[in-house]
Amino acid sequence: MPRFLAAQPDARLLPLPWHTPLAEWPHEHLVALPRGISRHVVRFIQVGDEVYAAKEVIETAAVHEYRMLTDLHRLGTPAVEPTGVVTNRVSSEGEPLDSILLTRHLQFSLPYRSLFSSGVRRETVSRLLDAMVVLLARLHLIGFLWGDVSLSNILFRRDAGEFAAYLVDAETGELHDRLSDGQRLHDLEIAMVNLFGEFSDLEAGRMLDESLDPLGLVQQIEARYRDLWCELTGLERFAGSELYRIESRVRRLNELGFDVAELDIHTSPTGDTISIQPKVVDAGHHSRRLLRLTGLDTEENQARRLLNDLDTYRARTNQGHVEESVLAHQWLTNAFEPVVTAIPPELAGKREPAQIFHEVLDYRWYQSQRENREVPLTEAVHGYVRDVLSVLPDEVISHESFSPLGEQRQLANPLDPSQGFVDEDEMPEDPWESEAFAPGTEVLPDFLDIEALRRRAQG
Amino acid sequence: MATVSFKDATRVYPGADHPAVDKLNLEIGDGEFMVLVGPSGCGKSTSLRMLAGLEEVNAGAIHIGDRNVTDLPPKDRDIAMVFQNYALYPHMTVADNMGFALKMQNVPKADREKRVLEAAKLLGLESFLSRKPKALSGGQRQRVAMGRAIVRQPQVFLMDEPLSNLDAKLRVSTRTQIAALQQRLGVTTVYVTHDQVEAMTMGDRVAVMKDGLLQQVASPLELYDTPRNLFVAGFIGSPAMNLIAGSVVDGGVQVGDYVVPVARDILAKANGEADLTIGIRPEHFHTSEDGQGIAIDIAVVEELGADSYLYGTLAGLSADEKLNANQIVARLQSRHPLTKREIVRLEPDAGRMHVFSNKTGDRIS
Repeated sequence: MPRFLAAQPDARLLPLPWHTPLAEWPHEHLVALPRGISRHVVRFIQVGDEVYAAKEVIETAAVHEYRMLTDLHRLGTPAVEPTGVVTNRVSSEGEPLDSILLTRHLQFSLPYRSLFSSGVRRETVSRLLDAMVVLLARLHLIGFLWGDVSLSNILFRRDAGEFAAYLVDAETGELHDRLSDGQRLHDLEIAMVNLFGEFSDLEAGRMLDESLDPLGLVQQIEARYRDLWCELTGLERFAGSELYRIESRVRRLNELGFDVAELDIHTSPTGDTISIQPKVVDAGHHSRRLLRLTGLDTEENQARRLLNDLDTYRARTNQGHVEESVLAHQWLTNAFEPVVTAIPPELAGKREPAQIFHEVLDYRWYQSQRENREVPLTEAVHGYVRDVLSVLPDEVISHESFSPLGEQRQLANPLDPSQGFVDEDEMPEDPWESEAFAPGTEVLPDFLDIEALRRRAQG
Repeated sequence: MATVSFKDATRVYPGADHPAVDKLNLEIGDGEFMVLVGPSGCGKSTSLRMLAGLEEVNAGAIHIGDRNVTDLPPKDRDIAMVFQNYALYPHMTVADNMGFALKMQNVPKADREKRVLEAAKLLGLESFLSRKPKALSGGQRQRVAMGRAIVRQPQVFLMDEPLSNLDAKLRVSTRTQIAALQQRLGVTTVYVTHDQVEAMTMGDRVAVMKDGLLQQVASPLELYDTPRNLFVAGFIGSPAMNLIAGSVVDGGVQVGDYVVPVARDILAKANGEADLTIGIRPEHFHTSEDGQGIAIDIAVVEELGADSYLYGTLAGLSADEKLNANQIVARLQSRHPLTKREIVRLEPDAGRMHVFSNKTGDRIS
């Protein structure tokens, strides 16, 4: 009988065919969603309206990853939510099967392979890389050594005009008190090599726009990461007369979406020089503020945009003196909610509410510019639904947006992009495969055979 | 290729009361396959990571060849961590899957192709080079991953428990492949494992660690035949060496009603200790012909082909004492009709016994 390790089990998962190797599961339980390349068998399981990602991997690795993802969740890091581990699986023939790690599918998420297509703008790619760099820096700040940074191990969600990145795979991850520079740079090096491989793969599959150069893209990652890390943790020295630089540093970090929980400030004995260094920074400056004011739980840049609109609302309604939480409540009732409720239910799966609000604001701005008048929000939302939302693909589960891009080639297995396209040749004979090693190699035993060691030592 | 030297290399984690690695001195020869082994928390992975540049070296130094790399960032050390990445890219050929990182380092195309071809020949992947990796088996994927490290032509390969996430079948075949390849390539390799069988079957030499301290570094046979202390004696070998404490008497060590003979010059090294521990490997026992020997109360007899394994405890213990007593294991070649609950007398083979000080744990024989 399979055993379920789960904090909050979903009973609908129990009757699934756990005795079948994941690669052979009947399609009725599966859904083909776009995803990255994986060295393990990965499938998406649908039960009711819930979708889970299932990864078949040996038990120790599955349990390790489950615990890592649980820790990342506890620390408030953007990562997929672990659901459980299914162990003790045995096939109908009585053969033991590897365990399965289950994670909840991240709604409205977009794997990188569905975001790339011929003609994807360079700015879009830059924004994806920026999101990845922010995720990597956030993980490093909490002492998480990823060990396998790659686009395949990340999911993206729209975040106003930017993207927010989520960790999907923590199999090689380790949580430390703090990371050494060597560990961080090693992770960065892995990121660069893996992303270079992924971009080269997209290029080979004719999915990468010709204007994009894999080497230039990974150099951008390195530069952005180093700049961000320096801003987040670097020591800054200035003259005692430049005290405003403390405030500037905090503002710059806020602007990047980070709060400063602890700032080390040292003054030289004469008071001539001051040095500051952020000691504890937390991501989510704007999203925390928006959550506190309105109860809305959004991505960072969406929160920034909504907070800006809240400020605009204050000016527009001439309520400069009103307390912020009171104003936020008014804004929620009079601006945000009317827009969200104006979305026809059949179109609600296209975007998250905060993303829709952001896009409606954009739509209104362009329309106001075009028509040289202040377009009311109610009018803008109807125009947005008509012109934009109704033609967008559904992103709650984004498989409709996915096709093997670039050209009309069919995946060998729609459930697994790691297996390439159907039109490829069969594999040649492998002289090693029948023996699992080079012909003539002495097989090392799986037990301590001292007599064999003595024979070898004697030549 | 190069030598690797740890010179009093020490790592202390902030807030820890003792070093994770304490003054490690280890010289690894050019082209040598060195395995670091020990129980969890012994410092083996930390040592490897110090060499890789992932862990700070708080005191001492690490050299690769004649370069002091102690403070160099990981990518400037000319090392390759094998198996850290083996995702295969479906639209790239096997050749590109092996050589893409060289392109990133701006290695000229002709040089890249040459290195990839050489690695593919070594790995039996030559006929796959122009193919896509669509249908590669688990073993073939492992080989491509090894190829990625080989084409970089690093001075040192580092492997940190590379087989731990593989299933049993793939683990045995990959172990064989790694050892065979390392021998053919002759690249200095540092390999970390918690599995003594892996260490003993793969390494040219094995460094046994415990609590951050190097216990012994030697060839697998030397570790087996002359363990330097009680820890190594107990850690290396499966089933483990029998370690039996006894009191020093004239002519030997008294165990139960039997005096295990120990040469006077060895007893002299005991420095007046009243008790010593003798170590006897399971295969170095034989049943006594003359009623002499250590009396063992047999618990289980396991017949395995020509050998039988006998499991028991020292005779004369109460039922409660037996529960906490060390198990004695003997591999006996001749088939004796041994049965459970019988008392048998076992003698150590001449010259095959190990004697350890109880005070220091060190070998004195």
